[in-house]
Parts: sequence; structure tokens; C-alpha cells
Amino acid sequence: MANIEKNIIDGLTGLRDWVDDRFPLMQNWNEHLAKYYAPKNFNFWYYFGGFALLIFAIQILTGIWLTMNYKPSAAEAFASVEYIMRDVSWGWLIRYMHSTGASAFFIVIYLHMFRALLYGSYKKPRELLWLSGMGLYLVLMGEAFFGYLLPWGQMSYWGAQVIISLFGALPIIGDELSLWIRGDFVVSDVTLNRFFSLHVIAFPLLIFGLIGAHILALHEVGSNNPDGVEIKKNKNAEGIPVDGIPFHPYYTVKDIFGATVFLIFFFGVVFFMPEMNGYFLEHANFIPANPLKTPEHIAPVWYFTPFYAILRAVPDQLGGVIAMGLATNIFLLLPWLDRSPVKSTRYRGWNFRCALTLFIISFLVLGWLGMQPVTPLFTWMARFFSLVYFAFFLLMPFYTAIDNDKSVPDRVKD
Amino acid sequence: MPSYKQLYKLAFILLMVISVSASAAGGAKLMHMEVDLSNQESLQRGAKTFVNYCLSCHAAAYMRYNRMGKDLGISEDVLKANFMFGTDKVGETMTVAMTNPDSLRFFGVSPPDLSVIARARGADWLYSYFKTFYVDKSRPFGVNNLTFKDVGMPHVLWELQGAQRLAHVVSEDGAHHSPTYADLEIITPGTQSEEEYDQTVQDLVNFMVYLGEPIKLKRGKIGVWVLMYLFVFMIVAYMLKKEYWRDIH
Amino acid sequence: MDNSNVDKGRRRFLTAAATVVGGAGAAAGAVPFIATMTPSEKTKAIGAPVEVDISKLQPGERMIEKWQGKPVWILRRTQEMLDDIASQNEAVSDPASEASSQPEYATNEFRAREDEYLVVIGICTHLGCSPSFVLKDGDNSPVVDWKGGFFCPCHGSRFDLAGRVFKGVPAPTNLVIPPYKFISPGQLVIGDDSEAA
Repeated sequence: MANIEKNIIDGLTGLRDWVDDRFPLMQNWNEHLAKYYAPKNFNFWYYFGGFALLIFAIQILTGIWLTMNYKPSAAEAFASVEYIMRDVSWGWLIRYMHSTGASAFFIVIYLHMFRALLYGSYKKPRELLWLSGMGLYLVLMGEAFFGYLLPWGQMSYWGAQVIISLFGALPIIGDELSLWIRGDFVVSDVTLNRFFSLHVIAFPLLIFGLIGAHILALHEVGSNNPDGVEIKKNKNAEGIPVDGIPFHPYYTVKDIFGATVFLIFFFGVVFFMPEMNGYFLEHANFIPANPLKTPEHIAPVWYFTPFYAILRAVPDQLGGVIAMGLATNIFLLLPWLDRSPVKSTRYRGWNFRCALTLFIISFLVLGWLGMQPVTPLFTWMARFFSLVYFAFFLLMPFYTAIDNDKSVPDRVKD
Repeated sequence: MPSYKQLYKLAFILLMVISVSASAAGGAKLMHMEVDLSNQESLQRGAKTFVNYCLSCHAAAYMRYNRMGKDLGISEDVLKANFMFGTDKVGETMTVAMTNPDSLRFFGVSPPDLSVIARARGADWLYSYFKTFYVDKSRPFGVNNLTFKDVGMPHVLWELQGAQRLAHVVSEDGAHHSPTYADLEIITPGTQSEEEYDQTVQDLVNFMVYLGEPIKLKRGKIGVWVLMYLFVFMIVAYMLKKEYWRDIH
Repeated sequence: MDNSNVDKGRRRFLTAAATVVGGAGAAAGAVPFIATMTPSEKTKAIGAPVEVDISKLQPGERMIEKWQGKPVWILRRTQEMLDDIASQNEAVSDPASEASSQPEYATNEFRAREDEYLVVIGICTHLGCSPSFVLKDGDNSPVVDWKGGFFCPCHGSRFDLAGRVFKGVPAPTNLVIPPYKFISPGQLVIGDDSEAA
């Protein structure tokens, strides 16, 4: 018995060595897993990067399978989705996994970004990590936007119509640009077909490449941690950070556990409340697209609503577009707006802590406002909270420079 | 100054407030019914009503007869005898005989396909809709509807419900108010009593909810198994994690 | 990091347990993705049995119906045709249809429920082209002394009037007979041969 086991292990080891002589297998295994040293004090907020990768894999898998039956034409799209839901064996499950995955992706990414704000993971030397991540966020928004047109429901159609018209607000090039994006005078079959191509192959390839860049950037400088302590500053005699532990097996085993908990929530939604009360699958989208009839109440999907609220807050059309663009892109400047040398909010002064709290509140309130119809009160609120939102960034060079930061320890806290 | 725990709690409360108020902020008040997809008899009765009263003008083009038969416990023979009028192939979908140009001529608008109407409008809306037709001489078919103002559809269930009218639009103090459901009263009784008609409508709406998402009957049961498995795996994964992390702590 | 008291046995056991339970879950999770690629309800509905009215079919005539996307030929054979079939036993490679595909009620001399009517799938068993129907005295006889049958233009395979493949041609087996039954003298159902009342 032990002999057979030994033979199998010898065989596998031999195979591994054969590959390793011809391909950088063990080198990469060590560099990125078995000998990649991560801080030992990762907490709850550090699960979300791994979850994002898991959701990406789920979306690709379910996306491939949906594409086997989905028809990207205005005449057939809506029917093909119902075909998947009813006639294709297990089609409903693949569809619900994909729609839930889309919303889950944004929940996870927002929490992932929040972690960066909490612990200063965007600061030097992690600026490119932050920029590649922001690139991923913007591409993900595009991917979601293209994907949402595909079911060709009322919300799909009119949401696309409204957002593309925003580009029309840009001076001089606006109308030509909208025409170019649509490929037609209004959102039509032509638009649907090209959005299908962008959603299924172009943007996923882009995301895949950016994820690679993002992880390479991370591994180059090493992970941050909740105390904001640079573990590479404290190495032992073998050159290993004293506060570091190899990613494999410690974080692989921890992430497997975390992923399982995540999947319980994920499949809870998939099997028991895939519509999520109209937030994940919107009611109006069960009506086929009708170019002649606009629904009473157009709102973008929940993950875009904070920016939609900012757009509507500005009374001028072009001004609104600029404000919305600024709101999404201003994150890019974060590494340079923040003047404090301290990374983690655990050791930062009350200026930043209050500012961050107010920012999060404004983000959530704006998100809620983006779902509501326009009223004078809501408009006033949207303007107020938009100001708070922008103040977080624009005033940051000042309030962080004069903040009373605490002293940061040399070693991580247990 | 608030601690982190308090800040998290505040954010969580905010989220809950937002989601609760968002769902409450939806349109006008509707009559409410409890949807019950586990009641097979109700679904069968609802299917009967649907096929007899709706399919002459509306299609349900995404539903196949044989699927409905299997899900609702109706045998192929009973299906062919009582539920299928235009075709005898049980594998076919529930399409409608009336053509598009005809429907536009008769109704001024194409009667929409009803396959997923319950997912678009919701059960309460449909329930209210079927119960709030009233006589209105200004409309082409002589009826209007409190839930769907100026609807183009005649009151196909009138022989069951009877005819209603809008009374008391002027209240005691002489002021006009917007009509509410309480202003409706039966002027000509139908073949069913109020309770019977209410049951008919509930059966019909139950069926239409099923029609909108047939897999709803089964996905919860499958989900229980999936979650049970994941829970078991979670325990094993946790034990494995704890074992390795003894090195660290 | 304290590595001194590692219980290797416990680690191996837990790792194995996680692998086994996880593997079972992964396998179960793969099932919907594989099953989803099987024919959908729509495909099955389109591929449902087809009723054919053969009451107008004359002796010596052939009609073509579609079933499951494939051409099905119904040939009403004359007595002369039946005699010609009997004479081809030496020339065909599988005279008793032992290696070929047909229901048991068609495993006979004329490969049919009733001698007069041949019901056969019109797809060459070589590489899938649809052969032509060539009568005995037709202008386009593929070989000398042609007694009538089917000729595949793609690679030259030939079949007799019972769909049996000739020797020396690329096709390996006789033409496939689908399940079928008569529901009345002039009505056939292709795709269903159940005995139910």
C-alpha cells in the first residue's frame, strides 16, 4: 500500500520536474503563492479581492454558457432569454447566477475599494495598484452597461438611450459621438449587436488583462495591512518579513473558507430571491423594449445610482455630465490628494476619519436618491450630498496635511 | 467621537432604512393577496380561467402546454381536451389565433403577451386590476379600470363578477375626491358571488405568477440542498483553516 | 510563526476531507453545465413525431417528410420492386441487416412493417449526404444492370429499394429505418412506435 502511494508521488513529482525544466512552473508557484509573504494580520476586509476574482470566474463561466443560447438581435433577444429560463435544461440557474453575479461583483468591489480607503492601500508605493484597480472599476462599469442592454427589456432600452444621450451633451463632438456609439439614429438592433460583442469578448479580455496587471503590481510591492505597517521593513536573517506569512497555505486555506461563506449568501439569493425585490432584476425589464413608449420611471441599476444622483443634481445638462464624469474619475487622484504619511485610519487623526465617514454617508444617500423620482426636496438633498462627496476629495490636501495623526508602530498588531 | 463599531452600525442602519423606504416608495396603494404556488388545485383552476378567457386575444408564447401539464399535474389527455383549442401538439407554445393587424383594428392596441406580465406588474397589481373594472360609458367597450386608467381591454370576466360602478365620488361635505377602491359597488351581479369571484381572481393570479416563472415551484427546494451542502463544506473548510492557523497564533 | 507542534496527520486528514467534500460539490456543480447542453424543450418539440398522410401515394412513387430535421423517405413499392429486392441478396454487403440500424419490426426481408411501404431516413451512412432516388429504367442509372434504388452523389455509394448498401461502395451500413407506425391505412406516424391504445 505504502509502495503504491510512494510510486504515485514519485510519478507526479517527476512530471512536475519535467514541466519545470521547460516552463517557469515552480518559480511562479513560489513567487506568487508558496513564498509570497503577506502580512499576518489580514482581517475581514481582505477577503474581497479574492471574492472579486471568484465572481469574475463565475461571470465568465455562466456568460459562456448563456451565449450558447442567447440571440443578440432586437427581434429575438427578449424571447431568447425566456427560452433560456424555460426551455433550456438548467438555463434558469445559469441566468440567475449571471444576474446575481453582476450585482455581487459591484457589492464586492465597493467593499474592496472601501478597504483601500480604510487602510491607505492607495498610497505610495501602491499608486499603480490603485490606478489599475480604478481602471478595472471603470471597465467593469462599462461591461455592466453593455451587458444590461442585452435582455432588451424596457429598462435595458431606455437606460441605454438615456446614458448614450449624455454623450450628446458634450460640445461640438456630442451628436457625432452618440451616433457613433449607437451606430444608428436611436438605440436599435445595430446597437444591441455591437454591445453584445463588447460585453462578451472585448471588455472581458480587457478586464482579464487588467486583473493580471493589478496582481503583478500587488506582488511587486507586497500587500498593505490593517495597521498600514510596511512588513518588508522588518526582515529576519533569511530575508523573510517577520510579520509575513506565506500566502499558501495560510491565505489559500482562509480564502477557501471565506469563499464558502460568500457562496452561501450568493446561492441564497440565486435560489430564493433572484430578483431581490426589483433591485437585481428590475420589474420593468420584463416588458419587451418599446422604442415608442418610455416607462414612467427610468432609473439605472442600483450600482450606478450614486453617480446618477450627482448627474441629476446639476441643473445644466453638460454640467451634470461633467460632474458625473468627475465623480467617477476623481478617485484616480487619491494617492496625491492625501497628504498624510500615515496609511491606516487606525492611526490617523479625526479629520480624515470624519471626512471618510461623511463621504460614505453621502455615497449611500446619493445612491438612494438616484433611485427616487425627481422632487424639489430630493434635488436639494442631492446637491448637498454631492458637495460633501466632492469636498472629501477636493479639501483632502488641506485637512490631511493638518491632521493629528498618531504614531504608527513598527510591527503589526496581533 | 464614535468608534468604528458604532460607525459600522450606523452605516448598516442607513442601508436598511434606504432599502425599506425604497420598497415602500413604490406607486399607489393596491389590494393585497397572498400568492400560493404550492396549491396545485388553485393553479389548475387559474389555468382553466386563463385558457378560457385570456388566450383568445393574448398569447403566452413562452409557455409550452406540456410543461404546464407536468408542473400542474394535468395529464396529456385532460390537457388536450380542456386546455388546448388551436393545436393538438402538447409540445407547442400557447400562442393566440388573433393576428396582429386584427387586434390593432379591434382594440387600437396589440394585446400584450402575458407570459411574464406577473413579473413586470406584480401579483397585487394583477389582483387589483381584475377586481376594479367599472361601467364607464365614455370608453369604447363601456368599461374603465381603477388600477389601469383608460385601459383598452374589455372586462372579460364580467359575466363572473358582474358589473360595478363608481359611486360616492362626491363625499359628504360636497368635495370631489379621487376615486378609491372603496367607491366601487356591484350594480348587476354576475354568476359568482363576491367571495367566489375573489377566489377565481386569486387562482388566476396564482397561475399567472407561475406562468411568469415556472421554475419558481422548484428552485427553492433545490436551493435547500445546495445551501445544506455549502454549510457542511464550510465547517470542513473552517476546521482546515483553524488547523493551519495554529502555526500563526 | 510556530511550526514546532504541527500534527501532520491531522492536517493530511483535514486536507483530504476538504478535497473529497469539495470535489463532490464541484462534480455536482458541473452537472447543470453539462446537462444544459442537451436538447432543449424547443428542440424536443420540433423533433416530435410527425403524422404523414400517405393515402395519395401511388405505387412506385416516393414522398419526402422531415423529422428531427432529417429527410425521411416513404416509398410505395410495386411488386416488381419487391422482386428486384429479393434478387439483390448477393450484391449487398448486409443482406439480413445484422450490422445495420433499424427497429426489430423492420429487421426482415423488405426492412419494413408492411412490404409495400419503405420508411427510411434519407441520409447516406457514409458521410451524411442525401442520396437521389433512381428508378430502374431511369436515365441516370449509376451502373449497368441497375435494378432501382438510391445513389449518393458525394462519393458514389449505392443502396437498393430496401435501403441496403451495395458491396464495394464507401458507405458501411444500410440506410437507417426510423421508428414508425401506422395509425390507420393511410396515416403514418414517424418517430413513434409505441403500442399504446
